[in-house]
Amino acid sequence: MELIKITIDGKEVEVPAGTTIMKAADSVGINIPRLCYDPDLSALGACRLCVVEVEGNRLLPASCVTPIFPGMVVKTNSPAVVEARKTILELLVANHPLDCMTCDKLGNCKLADYCYQYGVKESPFVGEKHEYAIDDTNPFILRDMNKCILCGACVRACEEMTGQDNLSYLNRGFHRKATTAGDVDYIDSDCVFCGQCVAVCPTGALQEKTMVGQGRRWEIDRVRTTCPFCGTGCNFDLAVKNGKVIGVLSNPDSTVNQRSLCVKGRFGWDFIYNEKRLTTPLIKKNGKFEEASWDEAFDLIAQRFGEIKAQYGSESFAALSSARCTNEENYLVQKFTRAVMGNNNVDHCART
Amino acid sequence: MTNAISEITTDAELLFLIGTNTTEAHPVTGYKMRQAARRGCKLVVCDPRHIDLVDEADYWLRQKPGTDIPLINGLMHIIIKEGLEDKKFIEERTENYEALKATVENYPPEYVAELTGIPVDVLYEVARLYATTDRAMIFYTLGITEHICGTRNVMSLANLAMLTGHMGRAGVGVCPIRGQNNVQGACDMGALPNVYQGYQNVTLPAVKEKFEKAWGRPMPDKIGLKIPEMFEAAHEGKVKAMYILGENPVLTDPNSHHIRGGLEALEFLVVQELFLTETAEYADVILPAASFAECDGTFSNTERRVQRVRKAIEPIPGRANWQTICEMVSRMGYPMNYASPREIWDEMASLAPSMAGINYDRLEELGSLQWPCPTTDHPGTQFMHVGKFTRGLGLFQPSDHIPPGEMPDEDYPFLLSTGRILQHYNVTTPYSMGIMSVWDKEMAELNPADAEKMGIKTGDKLKVTSRRGEVVTAVRVTDRVMPGIIWMSFHYSETPTNALTSHHLDPITGTGEYKVCAVKLEKI
Repeated sequence: MELIKITIDGKEVEVPAGTTIMKAADSVGINIPRLCYDPDLSALGACRLCVVEVEGNRLLPASCVTPIFPGMVVKTNSPAVVEARKTILELLVANHPLDCMTCDKLGNCKLADYCYQYGVKESPFVGEKHEYAIDDTNPFILRDMNKCILCGACVRACEEMTGQDNLSYLNRGFHRKATTAGDVDYIDSDCVFCGQCVAVCPTGALQEKTMVGQGRRWEIDRVRTTCPFCGTGCNFDLAVKNGKVIGVLSNPDSTVNQRSLCVKGRFGWDFIYNEKRLTTPLIKKNGKFEEASWDEAFDLIAQRFGEIKAQYGSESFAALSSARCTNEENYLVQKFTRAVMGNNNVDHCART
Repeated sequence: MTNAISEITTDAELLFLIGTNTTEAHPVTGYKMRQAARRGCKLVVCDPRHIDLVDEADYWLRQKPGTDIPLINGLMHIIIKEGLEDKKFIEERTENYEALKATVENYPPEYVAELTGIPVDVLYEVARLYATTDRAMIFYTLGITEHICGTRNVMSLANLAMLTGHMGRAGVGVCPIRGQNNVQGACDMGALPNVYQGYQNVTLPAVKEKFEKAWGRPMPDKIGLKIPEMFEAAHEGKVKAMYILGENPVLTDPNSHHIRGGLEALEFLVVQELFLTETAEYADVILPAASFAECDGTFSNTERRVQRVRKAIEPIPGRANWQTICEMVSRMGYPMNYASPREIWDEMASLAPSMAGINYDRLEELGSLQWPCPTTDHPGTQFMHVGKFTRGLGLFQPSDHIPPGEMPDEDYPFLLSTGRILQHYNVTTPYSMGIMSVWDKEMAELNPADAEKMGIKTGDKLKVTSRRGEVVTAVRVTDRVMPGIIWMSFHYSETPTNALTSHHLDPITGTGEYKVCAVKLEKI
């Protein structure tokens, strides 16, 4: 592939023809601010925050969609660029609820991060503000379109990651809205609640409902694990605060699924806190279960399995292991069946 | 799977789906299929139901239920007649081709069209498309295996792939998308009556000796009982005691009254579970289990990829599952003193050549590894059967049409087929408060023509009765299903669909024929 030499902030860069300015800058560690750009989605060039100065060009092109040309000289942080970015942020903030102190997305909000970086506290532009009703009618996703910056990431994720095509743009100008067909709530739309829109949203417009009020983003530990439902083997992070799981967050390093998940993986985890969870061993006495200590349970099992094996022989025992449990647990169950109970009567639901 | 999920979007030029409702049962794999189809990859969907991926497909083969073998034989018939078979692959890599040729000779397109309901011209087009596309992947799930002829269905798909040389490269292969998160792993670990971990046969003397030495006890060399045989043996009084870990066969196994009878007949039952399930009700002792969020360990996905499960919170019952099992077994006079799941894995892998190169340190570093991975410098195996098959030559196993064990008749005029819906995963998600707050009850699917005849609207209730049991369900009227068919999921304990399902089993695997049985419907 043809390599092209350009200069970014005084640094010589050599990248393949067709590369965008943003990717060329990324390749040498120069980070250009971006709101609508997402590495997993098609480039839109909508937010304009990634503008840069290109020598000989009197306009400031959006670096996420502008390909390089030989000898291009780029400045990513010139006074004109900084001024433009500040104005863009001021325009966005002019119509954004500045309730960051109670917004659960703070700490993972790109808009707040860039406002902090460019010193944008409030907007000199005063005008009409949106007063959209908050979509709170489903159990998984909290949708506050007042916080939407129209980056279109949710629209692209719905179409390009999931292929559900449930989101699009409605209206023009100030009234433009990224929403469902007919502007109905998610629950009344074709939404499959995969939550990819939440995973890519750079602001507080789309949030995991279970996490609201549960902790600031910087207080949350992320524990990478593998989904317990189907055989695809998606990875994600369990969001943990004070020893409690409060949600599931996409992890872009996931080999199989990248950031994509489904309704079960992203939102079905709360079965672990179902009040019907068993917390103590139970022993059936006179047809009724009674709580027992671990010792009582283990001793009774050892005694009865031992007696039955002695009385009826090895073949009188069978074990059902589990396609839902870990490899290690399955290994132990088959080892137990073979080495201790003395037969090969071990199976699991692969066939049923 | 012979190949990897990533090849759907990076390599495949044709996806041939049969008996897999991927966007609902394996959604993230389904998204990738959709992405592939939209970027120009051809998509063939064989399914009696109008599943979502039909809308993305180039061809929808709406076959009659239980006609997979004639369909595949019919495609192979055309491929051979038109000389589109991969002669070099057949010559160098396979055996028994003449027998296959003789069998499929009896499946001319007109006959196949009559059996399957697929028009002759579509059979020709799809056969030509599959045979002439260089990188074509076959995907199937339980729509293929949950039949009386499930194994024969799978063999037929393998025949098709071998006939056209679609094996041993990226973007080809025969890919079963495994159901549960760790059904691949449970098999890999030897939770099967005929093999130890890594598919080492229990009847081989050298294997027996190896495990006797490693585990310090005499090893049984008689193949054990499969699940249906276990419950049969319990009925007969031969099996007296069972230990069940994290399974709920009363809801998930076919013909559940028979399962209940088996559990009732046991003298002693131990169940290790998260909840007091329908199966746990029969236990003498219940050990509370820890969920995936509470345990360290590994799962192996459908593409043989071993990935870490990490403990995020303390076990709610106070013990991780591996600790519970170790303590239970130790009390029986066989000490299991592992310090961690890592140690368990290491012991397991040291006795399984195909996984010997996988360990927790490498998983930490690489994120995941696909077996076969025999040594710690081996990168893992993305696709299998390169150059040769595990057994050497690929064996064509021709099959004739085997109709379902039970078909609709005068007394039970409807065909019941079952499966999963997007929002639920078997019988665990009904314990998710969020999911149940929206999708809280069975909505059986019934064709508008049948609904009209019976005066049924969406939301009405039906009593569904088979020769084995009856359930009550709400109905959704939809042309997703053909006339004469009712389709139900099996997620809800209030509508335990498997009280109805067939007692017929695949004779080789013991898998139940969940996909076809006869029922009658009454409006209530």
